[in-house]
Amino acid sequence: MDKLENMPAADAALDITDAVCPITFVRAKAALEELDAGAVLALRMNDGEPVQNVPRSVKEEGHKILKLADNGDGTYTLFVRKTAEV
Amino acid sequence: MEADYAALKRGGFMRQVQKNRFSLRLKVVGGNLTAEQIETVARVSREFGKGYVHLTSRQGVEIPFIRLEDVNAVGEALRAGGVDTGVCGPRVRTVTACQGSSVCPSGCIETSELAVEISARYYGRSLPHKFKFGVTGCQNNCLKAEENDVGVKGAYIVRWFKEDCTLCGVCLKVCREDALSEKDGEIVLDAARCTYCGRCAKSCPTDAWRGESAYLLSFGGMFGNKIAKGRAVLPAFREKERLFRVTDAALDFFDAHAKEGERFRTAIERGGWDLFENKILEAYNG
Repeated sequence: MDKLENMPAADAALDITDAVCPITFVRAKAALEELDAGAVLALRMNDGEPVQNVPRSVKEEGHKILKLADNGDGTYTLFVRKTAEV
Repeated sequence: MEADYAALKRGGFMRQVQKNRFSLRLKVVGGNLTAEQIETVARVSREFGKGYVHLTSRQGVEIPFIRLEDVNAVGEALRAGGVDTGVCGPRVRTVTACQGSSVCPSGCIETSELAVEISARYYGRSLPHKFKFGVTGCQNNCLKAEENDVGVKGAYIVRWFKEDCTLCGVCLKVCREDALSEKDGEIVLDAARCTYCGRCAKSCPTDAWRGESAYLLSFGGMFGNKIAKGRAVLPAFREKERLFRVTDAALDFFDAHAKEGERFRTAIERGGWDLFENKILEAYNG
């Protein structure tokens, strides 16, 4: 489990632990669109398929992944900085 | 009219249950057809068949209900519209492929051009029995490489660059083989566990993992009357010339060691995997 104080500061948070692929990524994408360039989104997702696929999809959209934190409860939080170029 | 069924079969005409009717197999490479080709096929099926086509299990297209007396006219009409007839019988069959890295985000190798190159080199070559090539872009294996006599699978040979790594933790989670671990600020790859899937490189936010496209080959797969999974006997490698040296050797082995009417797998097993692997390694090493 990762410690909270070591995590990047987030401007917004989204929980997608109740969603399955591809809705996980769709909701993440929609949340990122709401943010200003440079803002950080904390994206909480389940272990398994979401954590295996969402980081790559976010990268392919051009956003910057800062950290993937293990919450120790079967969920992970991905810290994403929104790209300037969309 | 006396029909030469062997010649018709060689030209892709499959005899139907119905007397003097043939299902005509077309040449499709890597599962791609242009719009013009599709229009030609539609026109010919309307004019000479029953206005429909059958999609085969290996990305082929057949036009059923062609009359024996129309065989030549159909061939001409197809060729005029940019479509070639296919092949059946004891020879190299349709080369199948997924869309690969030029379209699919998961792809580790380019597949469409490779299928065209394999097809140009071997398609229709006479052998002791049918022979199938399949090209799949990555470990997801949408194209089922190991079902084929020779399967080509796309792989990434990955390397980690410390100076670009932020230790974000993504690669540790996306690796499905538990091949990665973090130790004293470094990411360690357990090479014995790596399947070359390339997920670490594709997901890495800072491109600290870099992947080089490579081929993983499998030999002796079949999925018909008998079922056997193609076997990998070589490590992943990068060079296309090497790929063709190895496939040349595989087909030559089949030609030299198989009895008439014997599948590749059966010929390998009768001759022994050791003998086969030696021939393949010889070609691999050039």
